[in-house]
Amino acid sequence: MTAYLLKRLAISLATLLLASMVVFAVLEILPGDPARLMLGMNASADQVELLRNQMGLNAPMVWRYLHWVGGLLSLDFGRSYTYSVPVIDLVRERLAVSLPLALIALALSTIIAIPVGLFSASRRGRAGDTISMGAAQLGVAVPNFWFALMLIYVFAVWLRLVPAGGFPGWGAGAWQALKSLLLPAVALALPQAAILARVTRSALIEVLNEDYIRTARAKGLPYRTVLWRHALRNAMIPVLTILGLQFAFLLAGTIIIENVFYLPGLGRLVFQAITQRDLIVVESVVMLLVAAVIAVNLVVDLSYAVVDPRLRSRQ
Amino acid sequence: MKLWKTLLAAAVLAVATATSAFAARTDLVIGIPLEPPHLDPTAGAAAAIREVTYANVFEGLTRIGPNSEVLPDLAESWTISDDGKVYTFKLHTGVKFHDGADFSADDVKFSLDRARAENSLNAQKQLFAAIDKVEVVDPATVKVTLAHPQGSFLYNMGWGDAVIVSPKSADTNKEKPVGTGPFKFDSWAKGSSITLVKAEHYWGAPVFLEKVEFRVVPDAAAAVPALLSGDIQAFPFFDPDSVAQVKDDPRFKVVVGATEGETILSINNKQPPFDKLQVRQAISYALDRKAIIDGASAGLGLPIGSHMSPANKYYVDLTGRYPHDVAKAKELLKEAGLENGFKATLKLPPTSYARLGGEIIASQLRDVGINLEIIPVEWAQWLDQVFTKKDYDLTIVSHTEPNDIDIYSRKDYYFNYDNPTFNKVIADLDVTSDEAKRKELYAQAQTILADDAVVGFLYELPKVGVWDAKLQGLWENAPIPANDLTKVKWSE
Repeated sequence: MTAYLLKRLAISLATLLLASMVVFAVLEILPGDPARLMLGMNASADQVELLRNQMGLNAPMVWRYLHWVGGLLSLDFGRSYTYSVPVIDLVRERLAVSLPLALIALALSTIIAIPVGLFSASRRGRAGDTISMGAAQLGVAVPNFWFALMLIYVFAVWLRLVPAGGFPGWGAGAWQALKSLLLPAVALALPQAAILARVTRSALIEVLNEDYIRTARAKGLPYRTVLWRHALRNAMIPVLTILGLQFAFLLAGTIIIENVFYLPGLGRLVFQAITQRDLIVVESVVMLLVAAVIAVNLVVDLSYAVVDPRLRSRQ
Repeated sequence: MKLWKTLLAAAVLAVATATSAFAARTDLVIGIPLEPPHLDPTAGAAAAIREVTYANVFEGLTRIGPNSEVLPDLAESWTISDDGKVYTFKLHTGVKFHDGADFSADDVKFSLDRARAENSLNAQKQLFAAIDKVEVVDPATVKVTLAHPQGSFLYNMGWGDAVIVSPKSADTNKEKPVGTGPFKFDSWAKGSSITLVKAEHYWGAPVFLEKVEFRVVPDAAAAVPALLSGDIQAFPFFDPDSVAQVKDDPRFKVVVGATEGETILSINNKQPPFDKLQVRQAISYALDRKAIIDGASAGLGLPIGSHMSPANKYYVDLTGRYPHDVAKAKELLKEAGLENGFKATLKLPPTSYARLGGEIIASQLRDVGINLEIIPVEWAQWLDQVFTKKDYDLTIVSHTEPNDIDIYSRKDYYFNYDNPTFNKVIADLDVTSDEAKRKELYAQAQTILADDAVVGFLYELPKVGVWDAKLQGLWENAPIPANDLTKVKWSE
């Protein structure tokens, strides 16, 4: 187990290093000058040059790369060109929105998907299965910005239960903050739940065809026990894989939903930084996300071992 | 007797509560599409900076009013020497910055010298180019000497880039702006909203609002439900395509005004075959402005025939110069030896007027034999490739700076247009302060640009504002980027 962990750790570090090079190189060749962008169309070329020097953009590329990576190693993520505040402060503010949002959405998606998947698998081919999988198909197909707008019109404009968008900050009280995350979490969770339900169903169906399920049934265990204790646990591995991927997506890939609800999340920070060529913000945030994805994958891998004892002894 | 008194007290109380319940609101939430990168108007070009701070947080010697007029601001009056070179400003006294520092002539000198300094990063440094020296006469008087008379000097001093800052807070204005205006900065939740509150000791006319929040709503589709739910009460810059959803709702007012944004089909004048006058004129004849305005701007916006806003006092109507005439366009192309047409590229920045307008223009030019390849670009890419490197054939952009016809005389500007006669007119304009003469020179400048068909002049970008019908005092027009809240109030 220790050897396994060490190996995984080494792979993770190599991935981070490689990612840092790719991220830096991609932004390096991206056309666009942050200094010109800030000063606009009326500024002279001299002024732009002056600002470039101030921003340190005129230093040699290798030096800038090493400076940046060196900073990352000492947990210094640099200062935003546009906001001129430390990147880490920006990330912390945004995570206060994105992390709870991702967790709520993930919880909602799991709470909906697992029972639906179980229900469908146990009624395979019958009406209940057809209806719930049809609904899941719809959930995958409906564009989520449209679904989000419908939610806003029903719950914010018509019923006036929640705000139409925005985030008042945790300082405004936990309930106020949660209320503004509710609709976006639902909008994010439903398509995810639809995917998860389909994966759960097919994984379960595969397991339900196994010999040991027949044996368990033959020795007289109730169907419910077989389904929950024997089948679900064995079907968890693909489900966990998808959950891991979904969490990584929910953390930063939710730009469309963040825009519709004008939430100050991590996705919008990255998007805005790209359009404004706030390179240091893009680079550092992408690296943090890479690290987060690696960490999530590690956790998912370890959780395989928890649900499947055979994996524990094999390593 | 006692009962009577109790009843009376109760009645008084009831009336008092009822009145206070009907007292006008003093808070306002305004939706803005783009978040400002920072809040220092003297150190960045983004219009969003001014849309939060202009006239609210920061003030200049003069200011621009809702109809583009020059008004006194921190300077209560001024005198101009006979040779038009020396401006003596009399300043208001008893003015304080929001951090408690006193405002005086020293701050004016500091601000102007800072803006025109060698290492200045003021995005509109050219506004200060004529200034030769700034002298403090006494704490309430400042004397500005120009190198040459400049007709637009008082107007220039009214731009957001020319506001007066305090030496104590100049370096931290980006994060925590400190000005002399009627509202002071309260807080900024990055990515979400900026809050201003009424300043306690304001020198000028008191404002009505106690608290204003600017909330960033990047998605036009989200603006409508935000209005309908009452979360946000005003969008001074609303997406024209979404107007249909609110215009029949009596709870809201839709106000269409003018901006200083000339939306043009920019042409690279040095790139063959666009170096030929006939080709550029052919393009002008091929354009159907009405169809472009309908398609790219929901039918809102006035056609233009040269680089001047129809709302501007120097405007000359040249829209009849090139009527939509496909046959004429084809004939001109034939004269230029291009009767079989040609291919070119059209680079489009991400704004919706450019992306929508580009499709329409491409189809209109196809009718005369010009086949355009549309290349969508990001804004940063546009500035880099088109604006700085001039690597383009055609592009669409709105030039939003007020009174900016002089850009056509700038050396190395991205139009690649160089006409000595035009440059002379602009040079004369700069040193002329006689109004009648200025008017004539501006008319000449507009006519030359139209005759040369330097670019395809399309339409004036409209300012479409939507706000709560009970809200009063927001600007109808946008002569400069601003959301001036000094006169905004809720009606009963």
